[in-house]
Amino acid sequence: MGELTSAPAPPVGEDDHVRGSGPEAVVYLDLGCPHCAASWPRLARLDLRLCFRHFPLAGKHRRAAALHGAAEAAGLQSEDAFWSMVDAIYADHGHQDDPHLWERARALGLELDRFERDRRSAAVAARVRQDFEGGIRAGLVATPTAFAAGERITGEGIQDSLAILARD
Amino acid sequence: MIEPGSPAPDFTLRDQDLEKVSLGNFAGRRVVLCFYPGDFSPVCSDQLSIYQEVLEEVRARGAELVGISVDSPFVHRAFREQLGLEMPLLSDFHPKGRVSGAYGAYRSDRGFDNRSLVLVGPDGTVEWSYASPSDREIPGANLIFDALER
Repeated sequence: MGELTSAPAPPVGEDDHVRGSGPEAVVYLDLGCPHCAASWPRLARLDLRLCFRHFPLAGKHRRAAALHGAAEAAGLQSEDAFWSMVDAIYADHGHQDDPHLWERARALGLELDRFERDRRSAAVAARVRQDFEGGIRAGLVATPTAFAAGERITGEGIQDSLAILARD
Repeated sequence: MIEPGSPAPDFTLRDQDLEKVSLGNFAGRRVVLCFYPGDFSPVCSDQLSIYQEVLEEVRARGAELVGISVDSPFVHRAFREQLGLEMPLLSDFHPKGRVSGAYGAYRSDRGFDNRSLVLVGPDGTVEWSYASPSDREIPGANLIFDALER
């Protein structure tokens, strides 16, 4: 039973998915969320040390769990593959079914059997849940939500707020 | 908003399946009453989706979570199905907002419930209550766990 009482968002650790350099931004995203998909193209290009945290809401986005499992499973083969899978999911957000995930995995050169096994594994689900529970404890109620420069920023326009941070 | 230490007003309301549910059904357990403005609204959908994700943990702490709004049981049923909700949704439909009003959670000027949470203890006493400052602000699930573990 996880701890879920209020706590600040966990600091970036070795377990986290981190890409880029510059000011640090911890961003909670739902790979099934259209607002996150709309924010991602600009968000992903900002000069930031971007930490990706999982925050899937299955009730609102029925494929959220499968999409996060796919990203995490890709990440078990390489950290680059994690980010490429995230990019690929957001870049073609209308295609979220299993065959679309297999197609992405093939395009990234992943070992398909391993990908298929990992994405459904308890370990991957636990890794996703770990991020989710950290977000719950920090009071998250929507995606995308970023923690950066001591502030919390929520909503589809977070990429614009983070762009200001990236320029400073 | 009803204050901690007050006796929780008893009620009997229909759930999404038209079954009668009373506060007394939860006697001996803790129950979190989640008053919310309306089924299918974007903010309420976010709120109840979040709570669904932690429902197992709420129950693991010996508590139940129940949604209450002025929507009809039939709308509740459709809303539960759409979001995959497992918590009961109670209909304060007629007389409209009577139960919510007894808890100080009904907005008579707007005709729907203020977004509010009430934790009722095993003996029927209010242990904690929270009213959102605005319709658009969702109380995070962390607040429920803070209340359950105080």
